[in-house]
Amino acid sequence: MNELLTGWWQYEFMRNAFLAVVLIMPLFTMLGTMVVSNGMAFFSDALGHSSLTGVGVGIILGMSEYRPTMIAFAIVFALMMNRIRNSRLTSTDTVIGVFSSCGVALGLVLLSRGGSFSRYQSLLIGDILSITKGEIVVLAITLVVVFALWLICFNSFNAISINPSLAKTKGIPVRLLDDLLVVIIAVVVMMAIHWVGLLLINAMLILPAAAARQVARSTRSYLILTLIFGLFSGLLGLWFSFLNSFAATGPMIVLIAGILFFATFTLRDSKQ
Amino acid sequence: MASCGMHCLKIQHISVTIGENVLLRDINMHAHCGELTAVIGRNGAGKSTLLKAILGEITHAGKVEFSGHDGVPVKRLRIGYVPQSLSVDSGTPATVYDMLVSFTSSYPVFLPRRPKTVRMLREHLASFNAAPLLNKKLGQLSGGELQRVLLAAATLPKPDLLLLDEPVSGVDHAGLQLFYRILGNLKETCDMAIVLVSHDLDFVRRYADHVLLLDRGVQTLGTPNQVFASETFRRAFPAE
Repeated sequence: MNELLTGWWQYEFMRNAFLAVVLIMPLFTMLGTMVVSNGMAFFSDALGHSSLTGVGVGIILGMSEYRPTMIAFAIVFALMMNRIRNSRLTSTDTVIGVFSSCGVALGLVLLSRGGSFSRYQSLLIGDILSITKGEIVVLAITLVVVFALWLICFNSFNAISINPSLAKTKGIPVRLLDDLLVVIIAVVVMMAIHWVGLLLINAMLILPAAAARQVARSTRSYLILTLIFGLFSGLLGLWFSFLNSFAATGPMIVLIAGILFFATFTLRDSKQ
Repeated sequence: MASCGMHCLKIQHISVTIGENVLLRDINMHAHCGELTAVIGRNGAGKSTLLKAILGEITHAGKVEFSGHDGVPVKRLRIGYVPQSLSVDSGTPATVYDMLVSFTSSYPVFLPRRPKTVRMLREHLASFNAAPLLNKKLGQLSGGELQRVLLAAATLPKPDLLLLDEPVSGVDHAGLQLFYRILGNLKETCDMAIVLVSHDLDFVRRYADHVLLLDRGVQTLGTPNQVFASETFRRAFPAE
């Protein structure tokens, strides 16, 4: 029994993954709550898909480390999507759908040249158990930077999501902060995609927040509950993965977060 | 503080064109502090577009200027704006406290509340018959409650110019009456010009000092009696 509970700690990659979950979940809490509040779930999903193109561009440029090009491409992609989204020339979900599918298509074309796509399949599923100590340090720094930005900008982000026109009359630079938010989302999603995988990163980003939103009674409790749900599903998912011969951790985490969502949904429904 | 009547919003030759569609044509209007100017007109007459032009949210020709006591234009105009509705859905966890703090303070709303801020907000909301709503979620407010809370948000801090876009529906008669009473009180006691887009002609007749009847261009501008007696008003509202 003891072995089941603590056995995972003897593996260094499990200890690293534990630290990664503890660092990623607060990051995803800050971004996920904003993504859900602003109705940007489809947006962040499309952003995840653009990572394929980012990697493809990196390879064309002959770079051995593709993460910088992936992040740079995602920032450009996010800002372009935001511009068109805000121009209101066409419906938002259509624009995002077009961007998403074009991003995937271009990425697949670039990566499958010479029949070599199988080398990049890890991008689809990700592997949190592969995280290194150096990457954990980068994650920790990212968490500190994003938290500092949240301390400064959260109220303005929140005000914009409540009513942008009203926010503007209060002197909040709506356009600038809107762009800043999508850039932060782009950077964090691209950093985490390697460990979580593009198929599931959006689920991990939005599910804890979506679950918390059903039962939260204020913005503060929304963030706290999202963090608790995120850490709970992250750590439990990691442990279940260990118990099941290291079955894919990301999907395990998403499954638990999904169960939490349906549980809170039922709870809210029974209260009403 | 009573109004001085010297502050003035000057709307000069405002026109808004999108593609080939003329939404507003050469609008000229003045609104003084201590006065309530109501903008009325049929659906699609350009009422909300005019507010957007004043807010600077839409590209327009012409000038929007606000001058102070000495007639010199105010550089940093403080606008209080009451939108028709919010962008959030009914499931939002944001409370009235969260909204007010997000709009008016840099102290992060997710940190523990500061008693001083809570006290100040309660006192401010009390002037709008809304003090008990502080901890209520935005999605749980009735139409009338939301309107009063939005008015409280728009007047924190006190603006030079208050712009209101009244909701087309969702506020019952008693709620509307209370809202107009509070607005009348603001007009009497605060030094601000008020421009209101309204759909309730009875209230406009009773509370407005000036009325602008709009139909892409200015149809009639004057006191409520002048406007309501005009031929253009009868054409715009044949049922009234």
